[in-house]
Amino acid sequence: MADILELRDVRKAFRQGFLLRSREVLKGISFSVGEGEIFGYLGPNGAGKTSTIKCVLGLLFPDGGTIRIGGRPHLETRAKAGLGFLPENPYFYDYLTAAEFLDFYAQLFGLPKSERRERAARLLGLVGMEKAAGLQLRKFSRGMLQRIGLAQALVNDPSFLILDEPLGGLDPLGRKEIRDIILTLKEDGKTVLFTSHILQDIEMICDRVAILIGGRIHRQGRLADLVSENILFTELTVSGIDPAEVAGLGRSLSAQGGRILLKVFDDVGLESVLDLVRERKGTIHALIPRVQTLEDIFVEAVKNP
Amino acid sequence: MTIAVIARNTFKEAVRDRVLYLLLFFAALAIVLSRVLALLTVGDRAKVVKDVGLASISLFGALMAILIGTGLVYKEIDKRTIFTLISKPIRRSEFLLGKYFGLLLTLAVMTAAMSAIFLVLVFAHTLAWEFRLLIPILFIFLELGLLTAVAILFSSFSTPILSSLYALSFFLIGHFSWSLETLIQKTPPGWGRTALRAVYAVLPDLENFNLKTEFVHGLTVPSSFYVYAPLYALVYTGFVLALAVLVFRRRDFI
Repeated sequence: MADILELRDVRKAFRQGFLLRSREVLKGISFSVGEGEIFGYLGPNGAGKTSTIKCVLGLLFPDGGTIRIGGRPHLETRAKAGLGFLPENPYFYDYLTAAEFLDFYAQLFGLPKSERRERAARLLGLVGMEKAAGLQLRKFSRGMLQRIGLAQALVNDPSFLILDEPLGGLDPLGRKEIRDIILTLKEDGKTVLFTSHILQDIEMICDRVAILIGGRIHRQGRLADLVSENILFTELTVSGIDPAEVAGLGRSLSAQGGRILLKVFDDVGLESVLDLVRERKGTIHALIPRVQTLEDIFVEAVKNP
Repeated sequence: MTIAVIARNTFKEAVRDRVLYLLLFFAALAIVLSRVLALLTVGDRAKVVKDVGLASISLFGALMAILIGTGLVYKEIDKRTIFTLISKPIRRSEFLLGKYFGLLLTLAVMTAAMSAIFLVLVFAHTLAWEFRLLIPILFIFLELGLLTAVAILFSSFSTPILSSLYALSFFLIGHFSWSLETLIQKTPPGWGRTALRAVYAVLPDLENFNLKTEFVHGLTVPSSFYVYAPLYALVYTGFVLALAVLVFRRRDFI
């Protein structure tokens, strides 16, 4: 699998304050995105996600390191020909209508008028905005802007998409729709790099992830490799036994209405609780084994960078 | 091609700006008010109408170039619309030149509108279509082209308020720099005169585009002026735009 994006030891510092003190926001970022994969770039606020993306797009000039898009230096205009970008909190020309807006971006790629019209109609359909074609962007809600922003990113039929927080500001239904669109894009052979705070979304659709903390890549790799399949603990909801009897077998979280919610950390403890319930002719209402999630890794990484 | 696309979009943006219509309204008002001034004048009233009319076109054209030009690039950065634009396969120089030509197109339309009102008013006084008055207006437009470039230069690194102040200073200095020539003549030869000459060479001389007096009073204009002034405009505008591109091409968009 060829790399469509490659960053090697990218560094960036900003000078700020009256004394122009240097603050390093990217401290040697290296990662690559392979063709056809969905790559999740996650990190807490201020970790440097957007700065990395701005460096890739040529909005910021890195102080050091190299960035290549499709094998070309990232500042070459040809490197951006097959690229689509959706910014975080989309900011667009609000005096244009949705149709004019897409037409403007399509013109930048030199597409003929008939193709521009056809493509704008198709993309408006894809993001569910056909009825808003004649509406000025200043009248759009945040969710609508996010959708039209995605349509804009697809206007040149790019092979590589960079989506900065594409699911931000969307309701659960909108998030699902955008997630589905991203998966459809992957099926069409497109490569997607996206950042998100919503770890559940990343977990659901990403092939690989990189966790950025304090301007450094903390961990990266395939989700399956990062997330252990070992059971961390089991959550049990039982009734018909005395809470005092299970006190030593796990951590009791609550005991209300005769039901005990219990967290058990090993197989021996779990077997003992089950035996006790059977002995006392009690009931097991729920038994949920909890494996490690991306959120666990993320929280641990943020706490112990 | 890319420059033309951005220029068209800039034109759309500018013509949807209320400030433009406010200025056009006041420009029209000033041109029409020249009729009132003419009524209060003893002598050739048509000359007053022409003089005040041309001065209004020059002043309001300059205000349009400065007030809209200084916000154009800044707004793109402030509203972050530049993020999606720069992510497309376009050069920063193309973006800047697109903005410049877009505003120039807007100014051309506005100047045409002001000229039409002006010519109709002159016709009302002289009962003749004086299309030769379009020549000083053409020179005013050359000045507006240079002012727009200056506004875009300041807009590429400063806020609209500061940029407007800088561009307005450029406009005022440009119209009074000729007085330095008198000072140079009165200064004894030596380093003082040389320094003044250097300052005079660097400062803009916008009086190079002022043909109002000549055309209103029917004075002759040396033919070399028609070559020298446009060339001066072309070189100066080119220089300012090159400077703007130089500043803009290495700028970080945080």
